[in-house]
Amino acid sequence: MSFISYLVNGISLGSIYAIIALGYTMVYGIAKMLNFAHGDVIMIGCYIVFTMMSGLEMNSLTSILLAIAGCTILGVVIEKIAYKPLRKASPLAVLITAIGVSYLLQNLALIIYGADTKSFSSVVEMEPIKLADGQLTISGVTIVAVVICIVIMIALMTFIKKSKSGQAMLAVSEDKDAAQLMGVNVNKTISMTFAIGSGLAAIAGVLLCSAYPTLTPYTGSMPGIKAFTAAVFGGIGSIPGAFIGGILLGIIEILGRAYISSQLSDAIVFTVLIIVLLVKPTGILGKPIHEKV
Amino acid sequence: MKKFGIKGTNKSIKSNMITYLMVVAVYIIVQFIIATGSMSSLMQGLLVPLCIYSIVAIGLNLCVGYLGELSLGHAGFMCVGAFSSAFFTKYMLDSGMNETVRFILAIIIGTLVAAFFGFLIGIPVLRLRGDYLAIVTLAFGEIIKNVINVLYIGKDSTGLHFSIKDSASLNLEEEGTLIINGAKGIIGTPRQSTFTVGVILILISLVVVFHLVNSRTGRAIMAIRDNRIAAESVGINITKYKLMAFSISAAIAGAGGALYAHNLSTLTAQPANFGYNMSIMILVFVVLGGMGSFRGSIIAAVILTMLPEMLRGLADYRMLIYAIVLIAMMLFNWAPKSIEWRQRHSIKGMFQKKTKEVQ
Repeated sequence: MSFISYLVNGISLGSIYAIIALGYTMVYGIAKMLNFAHGDVIMIGCYIVFTMMSGLEMNSLTSILLAIAGCTILGVVIEKIAYKPLRKASPLAVLITAIGVSYLLQNLALIIYGADTKSFSSVVEMEPIKLADGQLTISGVTIVAVVICIVIMIALMTFIKKSKSGQAMLAVSEDKDAAQLMGVNVNKTISMTFAIGSGLAAIAGVLLCSAYPTLTPYTGSMPGIKAFTAAVFGGIGSIPGAFIGGILLGIIEILGRAYISSQLSDAIVFTVLIIVLLVKPTGILGKPIHEKV
Repeated sequence: MKKFGIKGTNKSIKSNMITYLMVVAVYIIVQFIIATGSMSSLMQGLLVPLCIYSIVAIGLNLCVGYLGELSLGHAGFMCVGAFSSAFFTKYMLDSGMNETVRFILAIIIGTLVAAFFGFLIGIPVLRLRGDYLAIVTLAFGEIIKNVINVLYIGKDSTGLHFSIKDSASLNLEEEGTLIINGAKGIIGTPRQSTFTVGVILILISLVVVFHLVNSRTGRAIMAIRDNRIAAESVGINITKYKLMAFSISAAIAGAGGALYAHNLSTLTAQPANFGYNMSIMILVFVVLGGMGSFRGSIIAAVILTMLPEMLRGLADYRMLIYAIVLIAMMLFNWAPKSIEWRQRHSIKGMFQKKTKEVQ
């Protein structure tokens, strides 16, 4: 029974990773850059909810909506100021800038909120479900996380398949210049991708902090990196891939923590990343990348 | 493709000499100030860390500026160098070996072990490119830190004992000593790192990197950076040169780590000292100093470490300033619009050296 409960925990953590990974994978697929600051947008989202709920005593739904709005704006602003000027620069320059943005957000939070750990009160007010005579407890956060994750994934896939903006995203991810020639507004599309990704980050942040109720300026960076691992695992650029990768990674992490060593759980996750990249660099559902000479 | 600053060979010899002279001059000036007694103890405490940061920045610059690959795992190599050298020192502590010889050997061991790890990690990692390479080096750095935190090694008359559980499971004899105590790290390393040793190590690192980048090997490495496919097509062995540059870069970081280990009596692998924030801090030095300029890396490391200490009020904002400097430098140096603006407004001769981009 303990195995099943670990598995449930793994799926719960995995769905949070999957939501973060969706943001990563969309930005990577369309802007062709690793948005290192994505994890820190999560953290900012958490702090917004924390401030709204503890400081201003708003209800949880309003705070979450405000956090989503705040993160969306933040994502677009970051893109406009830091990434857009570098769109034609070398990938190394963009990557270093993204690291700089990540560092900036962390240290802004550090100055505003201090380094001490804030305890985050869960926004999910759902009774845990007890199964098999109380031996297996599934917490409310777990159910909400899984449901939200699946809803988001289906919504995103429908959006990209059916809507005009979604098609524009596909076109930009395929070939930026050709898309521009066909009348797609590339800048607007990329901005929109960042907006969606950052909005998702806020949702993921709230779920993450509800499941693991501690909040520091560094809360987002590790889950961010792990979610990127998940995105790579599932095949970067692929939306179902991010979902599968996230869930698998969550399960691996929780099982590794339970059965191998709790201190080595990060190492286990990263070993998975390295093995995946070496054996199948395109991930489970990724398309092979052709190099142009 | 992008060029990170190739210089002519004759010019480079002159430029190298300036770098050596700069380091030596700063060393003499600092020694003079210490002798007159007008340097605060706080500043004196910063001298060795300055050397450590400069050395690791030189190593990372080789990787970022010349190999053109972003490594976020240099704190990991530092960690390996620090722990292996401290382990050696601790192991030899009772052997009656001459202290200086032991310290030199410890630094060499730290360097070699880091180089070995660089090689080992480089084999799989260097097959990847760009963002993937950055994230995997970051992952390796974290793995190294994680593993060291659960590693227990003890010594007694029967030899070495290893464990990854706890110190009790080592089954040490009564008189056995614990060398690496898991998350508590290595305690009681003699503090042998001095400013002089640091400066000597900086000079040695500079000799190594200058010789490397001005040699045939160095040109091959830069060719790979500028256009991998073209380099491959003229018969350059990509894997060999990449591995070489990466291992040397790791080795230099390891030497910095060895210096770090012997500057503290307690060595632990914490996120603060060997986490990826450290890698990023070093990266800030490299970027600010100019990718491809070793002199710049040293100057940036010195200025960015000294500045917050001198302006005490800024200490809280130190990291924030780093972040802003990093973003601003990248935008200023790499944004196509900013490059164009600089070319239009350049003071003659100051920016003229920049070669025109050829796509």
